[in-house]
Amino acid sequence: MNTRFAARLLYTMLASGTLLLAGAVRADTSTQDAIAEYREMFGDDNPAELWQARGEALWHEARGPQKANLEACDLGLGPGVIAGAYAQLPRWFADTGQVQDLETRLVTCVTSLQGIPRDDFLKVKFGDGEKKSELEALTAYVVAASRGKPLTLPLKHPAEQAAFDLGKAVFRYRAGPHDFACATCHGEPGKRIRLQELPQLNTALGAREAYTHWPAYRISQGELRSMEWRLQDCFRQQRLPQLKFGSEVAIGLTMYLAKTAEGGVLAAPGIKR
Amino acid sequence: MSDPMRIRAVANGDKVEVKILMSHVMETGQRKDADGAVVPAHYIVKVVGTCNGREVLSADWGPSVSKNPYLSFRFKGGAKGDKVKITWTDTAGEQRSDEVSVG
Amino acid sequence: MSLARRTFLLRLGHTGLAALTLASGLLPRFARAEEARPAFMATAVADALKALGVGNPAKSDAISFKAPDIAENGAAVPVEVESTLPKTRSILLLVEKNPHVMSASFQFREGTDPYVATRVKVAESSVIHAVVTTDDGAFYTTRLVKVTLGGCGG
Repeated sequence: MNTRFAARLLYTMLASGTLLLAGAVRADTSTQDAIAEYREMFGDDNPAELWQARGEALWHEARGPQKANLEACDLGLGPGVIAGAYAQLPRWFADTGQVQDLETRLVTCVTSLQGIPRDDFLKVKFGDGEKKSELEALTAYVVAASRGKPLTLPLKHPAEQAAFDLGKAVFRYRAGPHDFACATCHGEPGKRIRLQELPQLNTALGAREAYTHWPAYRISQGELRSMEWRLQDCFRQQRLPQLKFGSEVAIGLTMYLAKTAEGGVLAAPGIKR
Repeated sequence: MSDPMRIRAVANGDKVEVKILMSHVMETGQRKDADGAVVPAHYIVKVVGTCNGREVLSADWGPSVSKNPYLSFRFKGGAKGDKVKITWTDTAGEQRSDEVSVG
Repeated sequence: MSLARRTFLLRLGHTGLAALTLASGLLPRFARAEEARPAFMATAVADALKALGVGNPAKSDAISFKAPDIAENGAAVPVEVESTLPKTRSILLLVEKNPHVMSASFQFREGTDPYVATRVKVAESSVIHAVVTTDDGAFYTTRLVKVTLGGCGG
């Protein structure tokens, strides 16, 4: 390449937007800084605490036809053990013969210990203002008891490995009118929607960043949202058929994300825009 | 029925720092639900804070205070073990009080 | 006590009374949901202040007002106001672009720091006013908060 051509190329690049691009990158950094400042101002004062408190009260309250509380609920570490339980979910449970995430396991406890019919308990899966979800409250309470615990998913049971494999496949499975997969937005670095930077969920770093902060208090909705909600909403945004609560696909995706985030230290419930 | 507030009151030097989270929808009356019907206004209009019965703060709120409100303030003349009580009143006429000991 | 201050107290008295009436359940249900306090019905900052009897606040550096430059979501914008003005009586928060500008007022009793932190809704990018009333008149400072549209987040 002769120098005159190189100079002309450089001039063209400068004129055509390389400088603009640099400017855009700078502006972007200050925007991200400002957003970080916004997030910092919430500090530790997370309204998720209100759900935790409600969940704690529900956990200890004798309810349902059997007038029982949930203190004998086995979340995988033995009856009544809450501390650290969420850090090892989803997992295979011998009594149900299924791989269960926290939400479906709570359904098992509520139906078996308290005798409350599944459909009654799941009438409000996801809360909306005055319509409060017992499931989300219990979820918040149990999740908070794993703060500071590292995610540990040994996948010892073949069914756990199968759930992981299914989740991994679904993550990459393109479908729907937009031909989208989870991986379309979350499979490469540096993706974003408007100002939201998207975590790369097929890497340990990205998966940890996201997974360790969910469930989370969602500022835009003023509600605490569970992982089941998070995944259902991702499906909605991809214009896919509604993801069924507690389905193999929902639990598989959760297993895939949790395993990919393994070693990440839980900080949930988090607070999200 | 409303849920309890989360109140933290911590003595720090000669001051007590109070942080409160309240469970309330704070409906503005301007939002529509999924069926297009206006969700009626329902928000906290008054908040009063006392320490051992002595009023330390009062606040008048409109619907633009965020859902599940957060409030923090500080006052002098409180000590460990004192009772900090917060009371809110909303547009539906509901009133709720919760109390904690200063820690 | 200045006349302005007396008027202010009087108006606050009305506000308190209105809240009390609301709380007592004396009004029919449809009326209870309606805002009866003039300041909270105002659509302009000046009108809201007038309704509270706060006349022409002066710009002041003695008010520290923390708010983010950009709010990722307008549903909750953290704000923190602290006054170093002597004899501060109250702090008012007003969001210029909200349908109703008046967000909140906080009245401090003797011994309470002239400080408050809370979170407010900001409908669109807007100037937020922090007004401080003192025994020696009213003062204010402002912050511009940009509200982003946001994506799916998560």
